[in-house]
Amino acid sequence: MSFDAFDAWWWPYLFILLAGWLATDSWRYLGVYLGGKLSEGSDILVFVRCVATALVAAVIANLIVFPSGALADAPLTLRVGASIAGFAAYLFSRKQILVGIVVAEIILLTGLYLID
Amino acid sequence: MSENTEVESDSQEKHVTWYLRGVRRCFSIPGLVLVSAFIGFAGLAREAGLSLPQTVFMTGAVWALPAQVVLIGAVLAGNSLFAAAFAVALSSVRLAPMVVAITPEMRTEKTRPWVLYCLSHFVAVTSWVLAMESFKNVPRAMRTAYYTGIGSTLVLVNMGVVATVFLLAERLPPQLTAALFFLTPLYFLTSLWGSARERAGHVAMVLGLAVGPVFHILLPGFDLLAAGVIGGSVAYFWHRARVRRETVG
Repeated sequence: MSFDAFDAWWWPYLFILLAGWLATDSWRYLGVYLGGKLSEGSDILVFVRCVATALVAAVIANLIVFPSGALADAPLTLRVGASIAGFAAYLFSRKQILVGIVVAEIILLTGLYLID
Repeated sequence: MSENTEVESDSQEKHVTWYLRGVRRCFSIPGLVLVSAFIGFAGLAREAGLSLPQTVFMTGAVWALPAQVVLIGAVLAGNSLFAAAFAVALSSVRLAPMVVAITPEMRTEKTRPWVLYCLSHFVAVTSWVLAMESFKNVPRAMRTAYYTGIGSTLVLVNMGVVATVFLLAERLPPQLTAALFFLTPLYFLTSLWGSARERAGHVAMVLGLAVGPVFHILLPGFDLLAAGVIGGSVAYFWHRARVRRETVG
Protein backbone atom coordinates (compact mmCIF):
# COMPACT_ATOMS: atom_id res chain seq x y z
CA MET A 1 0.00 0.00 0.00
CA SER A 2 2.67 2.49 -1.02
CA PHE A 3 2.14 5.85 -2.72
CA ASP A 4 2.38 4.21 -6.16
CA ALA A 5 0.41 1.09 -5.19
CA PHE A 6 -2.79 1.90 -7.12
CA ASP A 7 -3.37 3.50 -10.48
CA ALA A 8 -6.48 5.40 -9.37
CA TRP A 9 -6.14 9.19 -9.50
CA TRP A 10 -7.50 9.55 -5.96
CA TRP A 11 -5.12 7.15 -4.26
CA PRO A 12 -2.19 9.62 -3.86
CA TYR A 13 -4.61 12.13 -2.34
CA LEU A 14 -6.00 9.57 0.09
CA PHE A 15 -2.40 8.60 0.94
CA ILE A 16 -1.50 12.25 1.63
CA LEU A 17 -4.70 12.69 3.66
CA LEU A 18 -4.10 9.67 5.89
CA ALA A 19 -0.30 9.68 6.19
CA GLY A 20 -0.05 13.48 6.11
CA TRP A 21 -3.09 15.33 7.31
CA LEU A 22 -4.38 12.81 9.87
CA ALA A 23 -0.88 12.16 11.24
CA THR A 24 -0.28 15.88 11.87
CA ASP A 25 -3.68 17.31 12.76
CA SER A 26 -4.33 14.61 15.39
CA TRP A 27 -1.51 16.17 17.41
CA ARG A 28 -2.90 19.65 16.87
CA TYR A 29 -6.40 18.63 18.01
CA LEU A 30 -4.91 16.89 21.04
CA GLY A 31 -3.07 20.15 21.75
CA VAL A 32 -6.31 22.18 21.66
CA TYR A 33 -7.98 19.66 23.96
CA LEU A 34 -5.14 19.69 26.49
CA GLY A 35 -4.54 23.44 26.12
CA GLY A 36 -8.19 24.09 26.96
CA LYS A 37 -7.61 22.59 30.38
CA LEU A 38 -4.68 24.83 31.27
CA SER A 39 -4.73 28.48 32.23
CA GLU A 40 -2.19 30.88 30.77
CA GLY A 41 -0.17 31.41 33.93
CA SER A 42 0.05 27.79 34.99
CA ASP A 43 3.41 26.28 35.73
CA ILE A 44 2.75 23.27 33.50
CA LEU A 45 2.69 25.66 30.55
CA VAL A 46 6.27 26.68 31.30
CA PHE A 47 7.17 23.00 31.07
CA VAL A 48 5.18 22.54 27.85
CA ARG A 49 6.82 25.59 26.30
CA CYS A 50 10.25 24.23 27.28
CA VAL A 51 9.48 20.88 25.60
CA ALA A 52 8.08 22.59 22.48
CA THR A 53 11.11 24.88 22.26
CA ALA A 54 13.61 22.04 22.71
CA LEU A 55 11.75 20.03 20.03
CA VAL A 56 11.86 22.86 17.52
CA ALA A 57 15.53 23.47 18.37
CA ALA A 58 16.24 19.80 17.65
CA VAL A 59 14.49 20.18 14.26
CA ILE A 60 16.74 23.18 13.53
CA ALA A 61 19.94 21.39 14.56
CA ASN A 62 19.05 18.36 12.46
CA LEU A 63 18.31 20.54 9.43
CA ILE A 64 21.82 21.97 9.78
CA VAL A 65 23.74 18.83 10.75
CA PHE A 66 21.80 16.28 8.63
CA PRO A 67 20.35 18.32 5.74
CA SER A 68 18.66 16.93 2.66
CA GLY A 69 19.00 17.96 -0.96
CA ALA A 70 21.55 20.46 -2.23
CA LEU A 71 22.56 21.66 1.25
CA ALA A 72 23.98 18.19 1.99
CA ASP A 73 26.76 18.90 -0.54
CA ALA A 74 28.13 21.69 1.66
CA PRO A 75 30.70 20.49 4.24
CA LEU A 76 29.44 20.09 7.82
CA THR A 77 31.96 22.61 9.19
CA LEU A 78 30.78 25.23 6.69
CA ARG A 79 27.11 24.68 7.63
CA VAL A 80 27.75 24.76 11.39
CA GLY A 81 30.26 27.63 11.16
CA ALA A 82 27.93 29.78 9.06
CA SER A 83 25.04 29.09 11.48
CA ILE A 84 27.07 30.05 14.54
CA ALA A 85 28.34 33.22 12.83
CA GLY A 86 24.79 34.12 11.79
CA PHE A 87 23.46 33.59 15.29
CA ALA A 88 26.27 35.69 16.78
CA ALA A 89 25.53 38.46 14.26
CA TYR A 90 21.85 38.27 15.27
CA LEU A 91 22.72 38.71 18.97
CA PHE A 92 25.24 41.51 18.34
CA SER A 93 22.85 43.42 16.06
CA ARG A 94 20.30 43.59 18.92
CA LYS A 95 18.24 40.70 17.55
CA GLN A 96 17.87 41.71 13.92
CA ILE A 97 16.79 38.46 12.27
CA LEU A 98 17.69 39.73 8.80
CA VAL A 99 21.28 40.54 9.85
CA GLY A 100 21.77 37.03 11.19
CA ILE A 101 20.35 35.40 8.06
CA VAL A 102 22.33 37.57 5.64
CA VAL A 103 25.65 36.98 7.46
CA ALA A 104 25.16 33.20 7.53
CA GLU A 105 24.05 33.04 3.87
CA ILE A 106 27.03 35.12 2.70
CA ILE A 107 29.42 32.79 4.51
CA LEU A 108 27.68 29.69 3.10
CA LEU A 109 27.61 30.97 -0.49
CA THR A 110 31.20 32.27 -0.34
CA GLY A 111 32.30 28.89 0.98
CA LEU A 112 30.37 26.99 -1.69
CA TYR A 113 31.75 29.06 -4.56
CA LEU A 114 35.31 28.84 -3.15
CA ILE A 115 35.06 25.04 -2.97
CA ASP A 116 34.08 24.97 -6.65
CA MET B 1 -32.22 46.28 19.55
CA SER B 2 -30.65 48.81 17.20
CA GLU B 3 -27.98 49.54 19.78
CA ASN B 4 -27.22 45.86 19.97
CA THR B 5 -26.68 45.51 16.21
CA GLU B 6 -24.50 48.60 16.28
CA VAL B 7 -22.28 47.07 18.93
CA GLU B 8 -22.17 43.87 16.92
CA SER B 9 -21.21 45.54 13.65
CA ASP B 10 -18.61 47.56 15.52
CA SER B 11 -17.07 44.40 16.94
CA GLN B 12 -17.23 42.78 13.50
CA GLU B 13 -15.35 45.72 12.05
CA LYS B 14 -12.70 45.35 14.73
CA HIS B 15 -12.37 41.66 13.91
CA VAL B 16 -11.82 42.50 10.24
CA THR B 17 -9.24 45.12 11.19
CA TRP B 18 -7.28 42.64 13.30
CA TYR B 19 -7.67 39.93 10.67
CA LEU B 20 -6.07 42.30 8.14
CA ARG B 21 -3.28 43.16 10.58
CA GLY B 22 -2.61 39.42 10.83
CA VAL B 23 -2.51 39.25 7.02
CA ARG B 24 -0.07 42.15 6.94
CA ARG B 25 2.14 40.52 9.58
CA CYS B 26 2.93 37.78 7.03
CA PHE B 27 4.49 40.25 4.60
CA SER B 28 7.65 40.37 6.66
CA ILE B 29 11.03 38.70 6.80
CA PRO B 30 9.69 35.55 8.49
CA GLY B 31 7.01 35.26 5.80
CA LEU B 32 9.62 35.73 3.08
CA VAL B 33 11.86 33.10 4.64
CA LEU B 34 9.00 30.62 4.76
CA VAL B 35 8.27 31.28 1.09
CA SER B 36 11.91 30.51 0.30
CA ALA B 37 11.70 27.30 2.30
CA PHE B 38 8.62 26.26 0.30
CA ILE B 39 10.48 27.02 -2.94
CA GLY B 40 13.04 24.49 -1.76
CA PHE B 41 10.30 22.03 -0.78
CA ALA B 42 8.56 22.31 -4.17
CA GLY B 43 11.85 21.48 -5.86
CA LEU B 44 12.20 18.43 -3.62
CA ALA B 45 8.63 17.27 -4.36
CA ARG B 46 9.06 17.68 -8.09
CA GLU B 47 12.27 15.65 -8.03
CA ALA B 48 10.39 12.97 -6.08
CA GLY B 49 7.86 12.69 -8.91
CA LEU B 50 4.81 14.24 -7.28
CA SER B 51 2.40 16.20 -9.48
CA LEU B 52 1.56 19.87 -9.06
CA PRO B 53 -1.95 19.29 -7.59
CA GLN B 54 -0.62 16.59 -5.26
CA THR B 55 2.09 18.89 -3.89
CA VAL B 56 -0.29 21.85 -3.51
CA PHE B 57 -2.79 19.55 -1.77
CA MET B 58 -0.11 18.23 0.57
CA THR B 59 0.95 21.76 1.47
CA GLY B 60 -2.59 22.79 2.43
CA ALA B 61 -3.52 19.54 4.15
CA VAL B 62 -0.36 18.87 6.18
CA TRP B 63 0.99 22.40 6.67
CA ALA B 64 4.15 21.45 8.54
CA LEU B 65 7.33 21.58 6.52
CA PRO B 66 9.31 18.90 8.41
CA ALA B 67 6.30 16.54 8.20
CA GLN B 68 6.01 17.20 4.47
CA VAL B 69 9.70 16.49 3.93
CA VAL B 70 9.31 13.23 5.90
CA LEU B 71 6.24 12.31 3.83
CA ILE B 72 8.15 12.92 0.58
CA GLY B 73 10.96 10.77 1.96
CA ALA B 74 8.50 7.97 2.70
CA VAL B 75 7.02 8.25 -0.81
CA LEU B 76 10.54 8.07 -2.31
CA ALA B 77 11.41 5.06 -0.17
CA GLY B 78 8.19 3.32 -1.27
CA ASN B 79 7.02 2.98 2.34
CA SER B 80 3.58 1.57 3.12
CA LEU B 81 0.77 3.88 4.17
CA PHE B 82 1.15 2.77 7.77
CA ALA B 83 4.92 3.28 7.91
CA ALA B 84 4.61 6.68 6.25
CA ALA B 85 1.88 7.78 8.68
CA PHE B 86 3.97 6.57 11.62
CA ALA B 87 7.04 8.51 10.48
CA VAL B 88 5.00 11.65 9.83
CA ALA B 89 3.24 11.35 13.20
CA LEU B 90 6.61 11.01 14.97
CA SER B 91 7.94 14.10 13.23
CA SER B 92 4.83 16.05 14.26
CA VAL B 93 4.60 15.30 17.96
CA ARG B 94 6.04 18.77 18.57
CA LEU B 95 2.81 20.27 17.18
CA ALA B 96 0.89 19.15 20.29
CA PRO B 97 2.95 21.12 22.86
CA MET B 98 3.07 24.09 20.47
CA VAL B 99 -0.73 24.10 20.25
CA VAL B 100 -1.01 23.59 24.03
CA ALA B 101 1.17 26.68 24.50
CA ILE B 102 -0.71 28.93 22.06
CA THR B 103 -4.33 27.92 22.79
CA PRO B 104 -4.66 29.52 26.26
CA GLU B 105 -3.31 32.80 24.82
CA MET B 106 -6.08 32.95 22.19
CA ARG B 107 -8.98 31.69 24.27
CA THR B 108 -11.54 33.94 25.93
CA GLU B 109 -14.65 32.85 27.78
CA LYS B 110 -16.68 33.42 24.62
CA THR B 111 -14.40 31.55 22.22
CA ARG B 112 -16.17 28.56 20.70
CA PRO B 113 -14.08 25.36 20.79
CA TRP B 114 -14.52 24.61 17.05
CA VAL B 115 -12.82 27.91 16.25
CA LEU B 116 -9.75 26.80 18.21
CA TYR B 117 -9.80 23.36 16.56
CA CYS B 118 -9.93 24.94 13.09
CA LEU B 119 -7.19 27.47 13.92
CA SER B 120 -4.92 24.74 15.26
CA HIS B 121 -4.45 23.52 11.68
CA PHE B 122 -2.44 26.69 11.00
CA VAL B 123 0.01 25.96 13.82
CA ALA B 124 3.49 25.37 12.43
CA VAL B 125 6.76 26.95 13.41
CA THR B 126 6.49 30.23 11.46
CA SER B 127 2.91 31.14 12.36
CA TRP B 128 3.53 30.03 15.94
CA VAL B 129 6.62 32.19 16.33
CA LEU B 130 4.93 35.17 14.61
CA ALA B 131 1.89 34.89 16.87
CA MET B 132 3.81 34.35 20.10
CA GLU B 133 5.91 37.42 19.26
CA SER B 134 2.92 39.63 18.41
CA PHE B 135 0.16 38.54 20.81
CA LYS B 136 1.30 40.94 23.54
CA ASN B 137 0.25 43.81 21.25
CA VAL B 138 -3.08 42.22 20.26
CA PRO B 139 -6.21 42.59 22.46
CA ARG B 140 -7.15 39.16 23.76
CA ALA B 141 -10.60 39.15 22.14
CA MET B 142 -9.00 39.86 18.75
CA ARG B 143 -6.30 37.18 18.87
CA THR B 144 -8.33 34.51 17.05
CA ALA B 145 -9.09 36.98 14.23
CA TYR B 146 -5.44 38.01 14.14
CA TYR B 147 -4.22 34.42 14.03
CA THR B 148 -6.75 33.57 11.30
CA GLY B 149 -5.15 36.36 9.27
CA ILE B 150 -1.62 35.03 9.83
CA GLY B 151 -2.48 31.36 9.30
CA SER B 152 -4.73 31.59 6.26
CA THR B 153 -2.37 33.99 4.48
CA LEU B 154 0.70 31.82 5.05
CA VAL B 155 -1.11 28.65 3.88
CA LEU B 156 -2.65 30.21 0.75
CA VAL B 157 0.45 32.15 -0.30
CA ASN B 158 2.66 29.09 0.03
CA MET B 159 0.20 26.87 -1.87
CA GLY B 160 0.55 29.45 -4.65
CA VAL B 161 4.34 29.46 -4.30
CA VAL B 162 4.51 25.68 -4.61
CA ALA B 163 2.35 25.77 -7.75
CA THR B 164 4.47 28.55 -9.26
CA VAL B 165 7.72 26.65 -8.69
CA PHE B 166 6.23 23.63 -10.48
CA LEU B 167 5.28 25.77 -13.46
CA LEU B 168 8.70 27.41 -13.76
CA ALA B 169 10.63 24.61 -15.33
CA GLU B 170 14.13 26.05 -15.04
CA ARG B 171 16.44 24.65 -12.44
CA LEU B 172 18.37 26.82 -10.01
CA PRO B 173 22.14 26.41 -9.66
CA PRO B 174 22.93 23.98 -6.78
CA GLN B 175 24.58 26.69 -4.67
CA LEU B 176 21.39 28.76 -4.70
CA THR B 177 19.26 25.72 -3.90
CA ALA B 178 21.56 25.01 -0.94
CA ALA B 179 21.22 28.64 0.19
CA LEU B 180 17.40 28.32 -0.02
CA PHE B 181 17.41 25.12 2.06
CA PHE B 182 19.68 26.89 4.57
CA LEU B 183 17.18 29.73 5.11
CA THR B 184 14.71 27.66 7.12
CA PRO B 185 17.05 26.59 9.95
CA LEU B 186 18.61 30.06 10.07
CA TYR B 187 15.28 31.75 10.41
CA PHE B 188 14.13 29.32 13.11
CA LEU B 189 17.46 29.65 14.93
CA THR B 190 17.09 33.42 15.30
CA SER B 191 13.33 33.77 15.70
CA LEU B 192 12.97 30.97 18.26
CA TRP B 193 15.43 32.79 20.52
CA GLY B 194 13.36 35.99 20.24
CA SER B 195 10.02 34.30 20.95
CA ALA B 196 11.06 32.76 24.30
CA ARG B 197 8.67 33.70 27.11
CA GLU B 198 11.16 33.15 29.90
CA ARG B 199 14.88 32.47 30.38
CA ALA B 200 14.13 28.73 30.53
CA GLY B 201 13.13 28.94 26.86
CA HIS B 202 16.70 29.87 25.97
CA VAL B 203 18.05 27.01 28.06
CA ALA B 204 15.61 24.63 26.35
CA MET B 205 16.67 25.90 22.95
CA VAL B 206 20.40 25.45 23.57
CA LEU B 207 19.81 21.95 24.96
CA GLY B 208 17.57 21.01 22.02
CA LEU B 209 20.19 22.20 19.54
CA ALA B 210 22.88 20.19 21.29
CA VAL B 211 21.05 16.90 21.83
CA GLY B 212 18.96 16.88 18.60
CA PRO B 213 21.78 15.60 16.36
CA VAL B 214 23.02 13.24 19.09
CA PHE B 215 19.62 11.55 19.37
CA HIS B 216 19.35 11.56 15.58
CA ILE B 217 22.19 9.03 15.65
CA LEU B 218 21.33 7.22 18.91
CA LEU B 219 17.53 7.04 18.53
CA PRO B 220 16.66 7.43 14.85
CA GLY B 221 12.93 8.06 14.45
CA PHE B 222 12.52 9.15 18.06
CA ASP B 223 15.17 11.86 18.01
CA LEU B 224 12.87 14.90 18.13
CA LEU B 225 10.65 13.43 20.81
CA ALA B 226 13.61 12.48 23.00
CA ALA B 227 15.35 15.82 22.49
CA GLY B 228 12.16 17.69 23.35
CA VAL B 229 11.28 15.74 26.47
CA ILE B 230 14.83 15.57 27.85
CA GLY B 231 15.93 19.09 26.86
CA GLY B 232 12.58 20.54 27.94
CA SER B 233 12.60 18.74 31.31
CA VAL B 234 16.12 19.87 32.16
CA ALA B 235 15.24 23.47 31.23
CA TYR B 236 12.06 23.28 33.30
CA PHE B 237 13.87 22.00 36.39
CA TRP B 238 16.47 24.73 35.91
CA HIS B 239 13.54 27.20 35.87
CA ARG B 240 12.03 25.69 39.03
CA ALA B 241 15.37 25.80 40.87
CA ARG B 242 15.78 29.44 39.87
CA VAL B 243 12.28 30.43 41.00
CA ARG B 244 12.82 28.66 44.31
CA ARG B 245 16.17 30.39 44.82
CA GLU B 246 14.56 33.75 44.12
CA THR B 247 11.67 33.21 46.53
CA VAL B 248 13.97 31.91 49.26
CA GLY B 249 16.75 34.47 48.79
